[in-house]
Amino acid sequence: MKDWRYWLAEQRGTLLAFGIFIVMFAIYSANHPAGFTANVVQTAANKGVLLAFVAMAQTLVVITAGIDLSVGMIFTLTNCMASWLVIGTGLETAFGVLAVLGTGLLCGAVNGAIVIYGRLQPIVATIATGAVFFGLALLLRPVPGGSVNEDLADFLTGRFFGVVPASLVALLVIVLVVWVPFSRSELGRAAYAAGSSETAAYMSGVPIRRGKFLAYTLAGLLAAIGGLFLTFFTYTGEAAYASGNAYTLFSIAAVVLGGVSLFGGKGSAIGAIFGALAFRTIGDLLFVFDFDPLWQPLFQGVILLIAVSLGAFALFRVRNRLEWFL
Amino acid sequence: MDGAAPLFRMEGISKRYGGVRALEKADLTVAAGGIHAILGENGAGKSTLIKIMAGVVAPDEGTMTLDGREVSFASPAAANQSGIVCIFQELSLIPELSVADNIVISDPPKRFGMIDRKAQRRIAEEALARAGASDIHPCALVKDLPLSRRQMVEIAKALARKPRILILDEATSALTAADVAKVFEVLKRLRSEGLALLYISHRMNEIAELADHCTVFRNGRNVASYPAGSKSDNEVVELMIGREYSHIFPPKPGPTAAATTVLEARNLSWADRLDNISLSVRAGEVVGLGGLDGQGQRELLLAFFGVLRGLSGEILIDGKPVSIASPTAASHGRIGMALIPEDRKTEGLMLPMTVRENLSFAALDRLSKGGIIDRAAEQRLIDDMVGLLAIKTAGLDIPVGALSGGNQQKVVIAKWLMRQPRIILLNDPTRGIDVGTKQELYQLMRKLADAGAAILFYSTDYDELIGCCDRVLVLYDGAVKRELVGAEITEHALIASALNIHGEGAGPRQGAGA
Amino acid sequence: MSETTLGGIAGRMPKFLRRADPAVVTAFACIVVLLLLGSLYSRSFLSPEYLLQQLKVASFLGVIATGMMLVILLGQIDLSVPWSVATGAMMACAAAAYGSVGVALAIPFGVLCGVAIGLVNGIGVAYLRIPSMIITLATNAVAQGLMVVYTGGFSPQDSATAAMRYLATGFTIPGVPNAVIIWALIGAAMVFVLTRTSFGRAVYGIGNRERAAYLSGIDTRRIVLIAFAVSGGLSAFGGVLLAGYASKAAQSMGDAYLLPSIAAVVLGGTSILGGRGSYLGTVAGVILITLLQSILSVMQMPEAGRQIIYGAVIVSMLLLYGRAPASR
Repeated sequence: MKDWRYWLAEQRGTLLAFGIFIVMFAIYSANHPAGFTANVVQTAANKGVLLAFVAMAQTLVVITAGIDLSVGMIFTLTNCMASWLVIGTGLETAFGVLAVLGTGLLCGAVNGAIVIYGRLQPIVATIATGAVFFGLALLLRPVPGGSVNEDLADFLTGRFFGVVPASLVALLVIVLVVWVPFSRSELGRAAYAAGSSETAAYMSGVPIRRGKFLAYTLAGLLAAIGGLFLTFFTYTGEAAYASGNAYTLFSIAAVVLGGVSLFGGKGSAIGAIFGALAFRTIGDLLFVFDFDPLWQPLFQGVILLIAVSLGAFALFRVRNRLEWFL
Repeated sequence: MDGAAPLFRMEGISKRYGGVRALEKADLTVAAGGIHAILGENGAGKSTLIKIMAGVVAPDEGTMTLDGREVSFASPAAANQSGIVCIFQELSLIPELSVADNIVISDPPKRFGMIDRKAQRRIAEEALARAGASDIHPCALVKDLPLSRRQMVEIAKALARKPRILILDEATSALTAADVAKVFEVLKRLRSEGLALLYISHRMNEIAELADHCTVFRNGRNVASYPAGSKSDNEVVELMIGREYSHIFPPKPGPTAAATTVLEARNLSWADRLDNISLSVRAGEVVGLGGLDGQGQRELLLAFFGVLRGLSGEILIDGKPVSIASPTAASHGRIGMALIPEDRKTEGLMLPMTVRENLSFAALDRLSKGGIIDRAAEQRLIDDMVGLLAIKTAGLDIPVGALSGGNQQKVVIAKWLMRQPRIILLNDPTRGIDVGTKQELYQLMRKLADAGAAILFYSTDYDELIGCCDRVLVLYDGAVKRELVGAEITEHALIASALNIHGEGAGPRQGAGA
Repeated sequence: MSETTLGGIAGRMPKFLRRADPAVVTAFACIVVLLLLGSLYSRSFLSPEYLLQQLKVASFLGVIATGMMLVILLGQIDLSVPWSVATGAMMACAAAAYGSVGVALAIPFGVLCGVAIGLVNGIGVAYLRIPSMIITLATNAVAQGLMVVYTGGFSPQDSATAAMRYLATGFTIPGVPNAVIIWALIGAAMVFVLTRTSFGRAVYGIGNRERAAYLSGIDTRRIVLIAFAVSGGLSAFGGVLLAGYASKAAQSMGDAYLLPSIAAVVLGGTSILGGRGSYLGTVAGVILITLLQSILSVMQMPEAGRQIIYGAVIVSMLLLYGRAPASR
């Protein structure tokens, strides 16, 4: 086999997610009353990018064969925090941004420490820390409110040169600054290795714990970046339980659509980003076709159900039934 | 060993797991430029010894010296850094990563803090070439490789670490004969380069070919150390088991003419692994499956047991065609089939569950009425089985994982005997089991056959096939290449037909029908 | 190791030791500590009325956690609990609006809706091999979508039937709330199923090693399907009881039961990886969680503080005894 075939096989999930996104977005913009304009793209990008950040966060943890059911709550908490801190003069704003990102890192690190050093199962541990994060968010914003540095917000949610959505550029920068170095670093590989086979990784002398810890911590950071952007879009902070939960749920859907294996060790954040964008676009299809918004939750649920069932078709190709049981 | 200062020395090493003593004041001396074979039954302490050397576990007491300096290893990584690299029996490769990723996993080449993929690729190609496995593409994912290729990657990975002491723990168990030959060449070259090699294997012929020096372990102690070739195989086995080694195999009763055919396959094919296989097994007969590892033997057993989908051809039970869609269908009702699977730890047993629960697990439908378990009946049957197979356990309510390998395998067999199967499929049941238990299993197999069971027995050990089987079918590339009956079953015939060589004018007798 | 060839009787002894699972003991000890702490705050914490009231509140969680435990023992998880609970409650109340037949069938109908959700989960997990975490999240979203469409996004106006109220709040035996009796019955049935039936053995077997269970001739897919259906049905039944307790169903009534039901099972010593755990532990976990919630609300802690303490306590208790063994 040629090298490019191996590359293709490795990137299949990502490319598939990219394909789904392109098709969905084509349908979406073709049927949008305003058509394929910079405005339509900007709005779609702004909504999609939020989920993309949270999905990236989820990817990092899922790669280690874990799951982070608190990402939505970190997202909510940092949103509430940003609505207090990211305001005022340039210096104050910068300090606020750092504080918000630091909080995200800290939340991720707490999750990581509990899961890795405390040896608790990620599902239970992150549901519980999610409750704590939500409580903190509620403490900060018992009622929705607050404000944000609107210059910065408008800059990051507007367009560059009148065409390119700034939020997409921000997403690209984050990918380059966080994901690419992570995935190519020794610790990033350790995270993959631990997710694929923890025993083998240990036997091979891979720094499993540090790799996993880094993954959880960076997941917190990425969720916080998402929370920051939410504040830029809404100008307020709100401790909304349902919305936080929905983001957790959708992040998992995006990760699955993006070809990241929930069993760990396989997939990339790029795939998850396209998964997130595709998922958002599918959800918005309802609007361009003028359905009652009441149907949206059901529609998204059904899409999710279909998406996760699609993966099952590989099952019918399995000719040795023992392969059902990993 | 000659006068040269030893490269590595272990003295007075002890290790306990809970209350179980794995090593008791064991000593070992390893010289550079030699291949040192470690022999011993399972549970003799070999695995623990090398785990300690490789930094996987820490010893409770004792000292290790390397180049005359005392050392201790906190992790496998630390041992690697000192030049001690182990190729473990359980593969240590990461399935979702590529071959190249795996080869450099412990110390990837870096540029600007990130992994340098070009350098990594180069290192991997070099290492694969050194291991004689240039046919493996460095970009392939390990999970897509067959077991024998993975083992070669494992060896390449060890070589890439530039070891001074290389430990091979049953490293050839999954290899094809051609690969074994390549690996041996590599090992001999490494010896001439001045490496110290520790070689652990149950295959006496391998040790005879390779080793310069041998150390025998028994019950956690080193009981003898001698230059290779200075003792006969029989003497070595006696050292290992500490008792006379004779009459391993029970006598065969000779051909039973009148017995009826119980299990039959006609033109069985599956994917590209099984190719038009026809065979039959009569009641009271032990039929062996031979050939090199990975020629479709496992698949054939799984096909009978209803695990494979998309099977073509016919399976007949008592002469009537049946369709077996699941292990449930295979084991229940009038078919009455049992499969002793390949890997007892993941396929045969639920290790954390108790001996009792494991024993009755396959026979729950027989032991219960209306879904409710009849505990008295369960106890009776379990007592029978524990007695019949002489299972050594500290109790029925301890986790089966606490038993020794041989006793675990006995539990796997016993749990199927609780159903009184008429057809018994065995997939290499003696792999990794001590000599004593092996003997018991051979006796048991014959006893079951004498009681009327039809037995299909796959083994990677030619001696077993010769000693146990009434007939042997040799598989090659998914097809039956030759049928050997009675006195025809010799090592020479087995090997020749396994390699698909038509020796001594005896043409392959295709499709060994009834 | 003292290896002895076994006779018949010798195997009985360690069973007693196995019952005294350290996790269960710790959970009960935590209950005692919580009660003592509570009694420092207010005398009424040790009064029979208060304890019985807590037991009654606990029984709703207990019913739901029973189903959750069955699924967790398989090494799976059921994240569709929130909307299984709500669907059960809403559909039972909805049925009540259809005359006397509807009233009579309200409870079975509600439970059946939960079973239906569970069947979808079970088919997804057992036959399509979708990770349970994902398929149950998806069915949860679908159930939510269906209920939102059905109710128009508001809490439904239908109210619970008299039978539902009786089950949740009535007394058949004086002094013992019906809800507690129901939990006791369901719990007893569960203990019997887990310890005495081949289904129970199969559940533990699958939880430990599904591959080995399959190769032992167990129809593992059927067992998994049944377990999820039971879990869905019990969640919905919990919802029916809750609707009876509050006299009507509400949109997000199930949200408050997901974390507690998982936490109760895990705090009770059941391994989240499956294959290990006893129902007694789940009982302890349920009571523990209920007491914790009660103490926080008696102390008039605001919602934010309650969430924080609640999450923190669960994490610390799990750190205390719910940890996986060290690797080396």
